[in-house]
Amino acid sequence: MNDLLEVQGVSKNFADFQALSRVTINVPKHSIFGLLGPNGAGKTTLIRIINQITMPDSGKVILDGEPLQPHHVQYIGYLPEERGLYKSMKVGEQALYLAQLKGLSYKEAKKRLVYWFEKLGISHWWDKKIQELSKGMAQKIQFVVTVLHQPKLLIFDEPFSGFDPINANIIKDEILQLRAEGATVIFSTHRMESVEELCDHIALIHESKKILDGKLDDIKRQYKTNTFEVGLSTKHKTALKQTIAERFDIATADFKSLEDDLKLNIKLTPNDSSDDLLAFLSQNASVNHYKELIPNVSEIFIQTVKNNGL
Amino acid sequence: MNHLPLIIKREYLAKVKNKSFLLMTFLSPLIMVGFISLVTYLTTVNNETIRTISVLDESEFFKETLISTEYTKYHYLDGVDLESAKSISNQASSYGLLYIPNLPIDSVSEEIKFLSEDAPSLTFITSLESKIENRIKELKLEKSGVDLAKIKAANTNVNLGQESYEGVKTSKAGSFMKLAFGGFAGYLLFMFIIIYGNLIMRSVIEEKTSRIIEVIISSVKPIQLMLGKIFGTSLAGITQFAIWIVMIGVLMLASSLIFGVDLSATPQQEIMTEAMNNPAVNSELQGYINDFRALPLWNLIIAFVLFFTGGYLLYSSLYAAIGAAVDNETDTQQFMIPIIMPLIFSFYIGFFTVLEDPHGSISTIFSHVPFTSPVVMLMRIPFGVPLWEQLLSLFILVVTFVFTVWIAAKIYRVGILMYGKKPSYKELIKWLKY
Repeated sequence: MNDLLEVQGVSKNFADFQALSRVTINVPKHSIFGLLGPNGAGKTTLIRIINQITMPDSGKVILDGEPLQPHHVQYIGYLPEERGLYKSMKVGEQALYLAQLKGLSYKEAKKRLVYWFEKLGISHWWDKKIQELSKGMAQKIQFVVTVLHQPKLLIFDEPFSGFDPINANIIKDEILQLRAEGATVIFSTHRMESVEELCDHIALIHESKKILDGKLDDIKRQYKTNTFEVGLSTKHKTALKQTIAERFDIATADFKSLEDDLKLNIKLTPNDSSDDLLAFLSQNASVNHYKELIPNVSEIFIQTVKNNGL
Repeated sequence: MNHLPLIIKREYLAKVKNKSFLLMTFLSPLIMVGFISLVTYLTTVNNETIRTISVLDESEFFKETLISTEYTKYHYLDGVDLESAKSISNQASSYGLLYIPNLPIDSVSEEIKFLSEDAPSLTFITSLESKIENRIKELKLEKSGVDLAKIKAANTNVNLGQESYEGVKTSKAGSFMKLAFGGFAGYLLFMFIIIYGNLIMRSVIEEKTSRIIEVIISSVKPIQLMLGKIFGTSLAGITQFAIWIVMIGVLMLASSLIFGVDLSATPQQEIMTEAMNNPAVNSELQGYINDFRALPLWNLIIAFVLFFTGGYLLYSSLYAAIGAAVDNETDTQQFMIPIIMPLIFSFYIGFFTVLEDPHGSISTIFSHVPFTSPVVMLMRIPFGVPLWEQLLSLFILVVTFVFTVWIAAKIYRVGILMYGKKPSYKELIKWLKY
C-alpha cells in the first residue's frame, strides 16, 4: 500500500452538467502530485470530494487504506482557491478557532501557532485584524492555518496566486520541508508551468475526464521527440543547412543567443544517437548551443488533447 | 467530531464584540427612555398651567356645580352683561368664558356657549360638557317631581359573572387582557425574527464575501455551521434583549426620579382619578385583577417558550438559507417577501379572527399551520385551548422545523460555494437535488 490517496472511478453531476466522469487517480505517499488542467475541467470538484465538501455520485475515495470518513478531515490540510479569513476577527483568535475546528486542543493549537508565527516572523500580527493586513500577509496566515494540524495530506488549490515572488518562494520552501517531514502534497492549478519543477507525479484533467497520469519523468520520456535545439557558428549558413538536411529532419528554431548562429531543431533518426549527431555537427561547424528539447507539461497537455481527438 | 459548541461560542462572541452591536445595545435604551422622558416632561409642563375659567351664569342653574380644582379655577362673574364679561375675561387672560343665558331649563342647553381666544383643549371641553349635562339632567328630574336621593339609591351596577360550563370564570374585560397578552407575545416573536433573522442572514453573507467559508466547511459539516450560527446569533439576541429590558427599567426609574416626571399629577390623571372613585369602575378594576389571576399562567409561559423557540428557529433557518443563496444583501429582496408574508398574515389572523372567535375554524386552522401557528396559537391560548391541540400544533411545528432545516441545509451547502450569480427559485429547487 504505497498510495496515500486512491480515487476510484469517481463521477459527479450537477443537474445536467457533468463535472467528473469516472476519474481514477493514485497519489503515492510522500509525493508532490500535480492535478493539472484548464479552468472548469473539474479539478476543484475533485478536491472538494476529497475534502468531503461534496459527495460523489458514484465511485469511492480511499485515504491511507480506509474509505473516506468524516473524521478524516483532520488528516487533510486544504487551502482552497477561494480563500479568505474573517475580516473583523483578530489574527490569533481566528487561527486558534480554525485549528480547533481541525481537532487540535486550544493549548496545542496555541503552542504550534506561536512556533509558526515566530518561524515566519509574523508574531507581531497576533492582535491585528485581518482587514489591517495586506492580501499577501493574509495568505501567509492562511498557509499556517492549513498546515498547523500536521496533516498527512496537503491540498493546495491554485497555491501561488496572490503571493509575490518572495513570499511564493518562502511558501514553496516550507512545502518542500513538510514533504521531507513525511507529508504528501497535491497541487491543483491551471498554470501548469508554475508547479512543474515541484511535481513528481501528475494527472491531467480535461472536460471532466482524466486524460493522462503517471510519474512526470516517465511521461516526459514518453512524449519527447528526440529533437535537439542547436546553434551553429558558420560562414556558409545555407550550405551547412543543406548538408544537415540531407541526413536529418530539420526545422528553423528560434531562441535567444549572443551569436549570429544558424539556429535549427534537428530530429534524430532511429539509427542515430545523440553522440552521433553531436559528432556530425562538430565536423561541419563549431557548436555554440546544444540542448535536447523536452516538452513541458502544457505542451504534453495540448499534445494529449490532440491525440485523443478531444 | 462535534464542533457545535465551538462554533456557537465564536458566533456569539463575534456578534457581541461587534462595535455596532454594542452601540445598538447600549444606545437604543438611552435614546428610547430619553425620548419618552422628553415627551412626558413636555406634556407635564404643558398641563401644569392653571386654567382660569370665567363663568357668566345668568340662569343661576350652575352655582354649585362647577367647583375649582388644583389646575382649573372657576371664576363667577355677577351682575355684568355678556359684552363686559367678554372684556373682563379677556383682560384677566382667562382660558375662556362659559356663558349660560337666562332661559328656562328645557331650552337652556342649546344656548350655552364657551368663548375663548384659542381653540380649547378637547379633554377639557368634554369634561365640562359632561358636568353641565349631569346638572341639567338633575334639574329636569327635580322639576318633574322626582326625588334625586331615591334615584341615586336605585342606581345599580351590573357586571355579569361569566362562567363556562366547567366553571371557569371569564369576563368581557378579560378578553382584552387575553388579547393583549397574545398580541404582546406575537409582537415580540415578530420583532425577534425580523431583527435576528436578518443578523443571521448577514453573517452568512459575510462568510461568503470574505471567502472563508470553504476553509471552514473542509473541517465541519455545513449543517453544523448553520445551526451554530443560528444558536450563536440567537443567544446574542437574547443577551441584547435582556440588557434592553434591564436598562430601560433602570433608566425609566432614574429619569422619573431626576426629572420628576410623574404621570399622576396631570389634569388628565385628575379626571381619571375621579372616575376611579366611582364604585362601578372600581369593581371593574377588581375584575381585571381576578381575570389576570384566572389566566392559565403556567400554560401561557410554557407555551410561550416552546412556540417562540420553534417559530424563531423555523424562520431563522430560512434566513440562513437565503443568506447562502445570494452574494450580497441587495439580492435578498426577492426571497424576503415569502418569509415576511406569512408573518404579517399571522398577525392579521390573530387580531381580526382570534378576537372575534377564538375557537372558530379559521383561528383553529391557522393555529396549526406551521408558519402562522406560533403567533396565532400564542394569541389563542389565553382563551383556553385544549392540551391536545397545543401538542398537535407544536408537533407539526417541530416536524416542519426539521424539514426546513433539511431544505435550508441543502441550499446552504450548495449556495455557500456559489459565487457571482443571483439564483432564481428554479435554480434553488435544482440545488435540492445536488
